[in-house]
Amino acid sequence: MRVAYWPGCVSRGFTPELHGSMAKVAPLLDIELVEMDRAACCGAGVIAEHNQELADTLNARTFALAQQTDGELMMNICSTCQGAQTECQQRLDANDAYRDHVNETLASEGLRYERGLTNKNFLWLLVEEIGLAALQAKVTRPLSNLRVGPFYGCYIVRPMDQLGIDDDHPRHRYLQWVIEALGGTVVDYAGVYKCCGFPIITMNREASLRQAGRHLGDALDADADCLVTPCPLCHLNLDLQQPLAEKVIGRELGMPVLHLPQLVGLALGLEPRQLGMSKHVVRPASVIDWSAAVVGARADAQA
Amino acid sequence: MTRSLSGYTLRLRRFDPESGKGPYWQEFKVELEGHRSVLDAILKLRDEVDGSIGIRCSCRQAICGSCGVRINDKPGLACHTHLERAAQAASEGSRVIQVEPMGNMPVIKDLIVDMDAVHWKKIRRVTPWLINKQPVPEREYIVSHESMVDVTQSMGCIQCGACVSDCLSMEVDPEFIGPAQLAKAYRFVGDPRDARQYERLKDLAEDPHGIYDCTHCWMCIDACPKDVAPMSQIMRLRRLAGSEHQIEDRNNGHRHEHAFTENIARNGLLHEADLLSDSYGGKLSPRAVPVLLGSLPVILRALMRRKITLGHALLHPYRRRYKDLRQLFESIERRERRYELNLYVSGYDGAEPAQAAGNGPAMVATGTSGVGAGQAPREEGEDI
Ligand code: SF4
Ligand code: SF4
Ligand code: SF4
Ligand code: SF4
Ligand code: FES
Repeated sequence: MRVAYWPGCVSRGFTPELHGSMAKVAPLLDIELVEMDRAACCGAGVIAEHNQELADTLNARTFALAQQTDGELMMNICSTCQGAQTECQQRLDANDAYRDHVNETLASEGLRYERGLTNKNFLWLLVEEIGLAALQAKVTRPLSNLRVGPFYGCYIVRPMDQLGIDDDHPRHRYLQWVIEALGGTVVDYAGVYKCCGFPIITMNREASLRQAGRHLGDALDADADCLVTPCPLCHLNLDLQQPLAEKVIGRELGMPVLHLPQLVGLALGLEPRQLGMSKHVVRPASVIDWSAAVVGARADAQA
Repeated sequence: MTRSLSGYTLRLRRFDPESGKGPYWQEFKVELEGHRSVLDAILKLRDEVDGSIGIRCSCRQAICGSCGVRINDKPGLACHTHLERAAQAASEGSRVIQVEPMGNMPVIKDLIVDMDAVHWKKIRRVTPWLINKQPVPEREYIVSHESMVDVTQSMGCIQCGACVSDCLSMEVDPEFIGPAQLAKAYRFVGDPRDARQYERLKDLAEDPHGIYDCTHCWMCIDACPKDVAPMSQIMRLRRLAGSEHQIEDRNNGHRHEHAFTENIARNGLLHEADLLSDSYGGKLSPRAVPVLLGSLPVILRALMRRKITLGHALLHPYRRRYKDLRQLFESIERRERRYELNLYVSGYDGAEPAQAAGNGPAMVATGTSGVGAGQAPREEGEDI
């Protein structure tokens, strides 16, 4: 399927391995990425708290650019993008006069947003468009002995009604489902749906890092080998800042954190290096050791 | 019409400080109609099985805010949760309804928490009363309808504490003022009769545990049984403090917001390395130095792992694609009034809300085929 692809900014900034691994994984899943390289940052909720109309206009612009492509829908790879964009879209879709007002600003660039765009995070797309059975069928290297803790990021699980989470779309279970479809073991721990603390890192650094450290520690206590997240901002606080979080909570952690496309890529047979896993601050040693073991197992299976 | 009784299993968290024992779980079976509330079930158990079960309640119709508990890991009102729905929401299809006391507050007994020690103490912190503009009119204040509509959402609060229970900032920073509390603060900050808008905002912005200590996690929005959306009220407070009153707080809250927005206007995409220093007043600002030094190891590590290149840390590689963006920013920021849409007040055009995120099939306007999109705001007068 062809999708209008919004990689977000952090995936091309401090977490380039996310953008890179998505590009590697997409063809294996028959996803054609039509990259929207003129689209701007979603504002991550921060621009909205500064000026709501500005955030809504920026995102209406992104939606309009998506609608100009021939993609079936728009896809993002960032929980925060999903949440921040959904919030703006809800206002734009709810009120015709407001949408017209915003479109007036976009007119100078020859753009116009029409109500009703479909915008899905890669996680949602995996489950709802590709399907778990199809995903499972493509697995060449099941994550047999890997204990994976899901870490969603707030913006992709709350508020539930705004994100369309309901009995028919239990999107707050999808990470667990995907881990299982890839052959891994889901680790339940206290932090699954909590906040990594990133938004207050410049305001209350200590509280922010304490949040990250606590969830990592809880996952460690639950014997997780690694965490997986669909959010690059969570990744910043959980991986890049992990050494600082260790200091704040006074505990060694060493918990690798994978981006969702990396986890999928591993199971689809890509090598850790191809997926940029050497770029992580906490080297995913447990995962890499394990891959080597399973590469061996795969050779057995062929024999 | 007779409604049939069904059997439900309740798993209650018990704790009696006088027993000298720690908290424990206890399971009970109860027969009631599925549309009856979790509170009804607990009261029935208390009447018929175990008189020692502790729970607080009064109105039994979602008005008084006494019966806040956690049901299946989610905070809410026991009297406002149907048994059948709670059973369906139970973990892993077990249908066992798990009820425990709210979080972030000390437990007094069983399901009763100490609201005074946390919730009410923090409510008093925000000066929860009107400070009149002088001179006080001889008779009533005349206030336009529109100017009060803005604070109606925060007035809907029934002080149940559900939002406080699961606030993720409070979990790591017990001194955080809190969601219901800041919603209450907005109720007066947004009131046209109040004389102290600036002072209130200054106070809440300067407090290291104030409006900039909220981590924007949306927990309180999902927790609230009254659609108060405390987080949205906190964002309103930030907009007023920063954009309206230009309050430069010592928590760098406003500066961070401003730096972020400026960063996007300049670069189109977020340029993290710039943001860090700008949030503290620019690379050369004295406030930035300790922070930059503090984050140097992080940036160095990122450079070492080839996560980022030196060029990226200093320059933004995508900037030239976004020449038109500056104009868009300026045209909106130049407006005399900030344009703000509150769906709680304005409601949705047409009978149904637009589709929720991505549940619709196609790219362009598809009407209202979506499911479960945001709840339509309540009709006026429905809430008590
Ligand atoms: S959420 Fe982040 S990564 Fe996504 S667009 Fe916004 S700032 Fe960029
Ligand atoms: S967990 Fe952190 S980065 Fe992720 S969505 Fe929440 S605040 Fe954002
Ligand atoms: S959004 Fe802010 S106030 Fe609300 S629960 Fe999260 S941290 Fe607390
Ligand atoms: S804001 Fe909502 S959840 Fe919080 S105390 Fe008020 S009514 Fe309860
Ligand atoms: S008993 Fe009054 S709100 Fe539940």
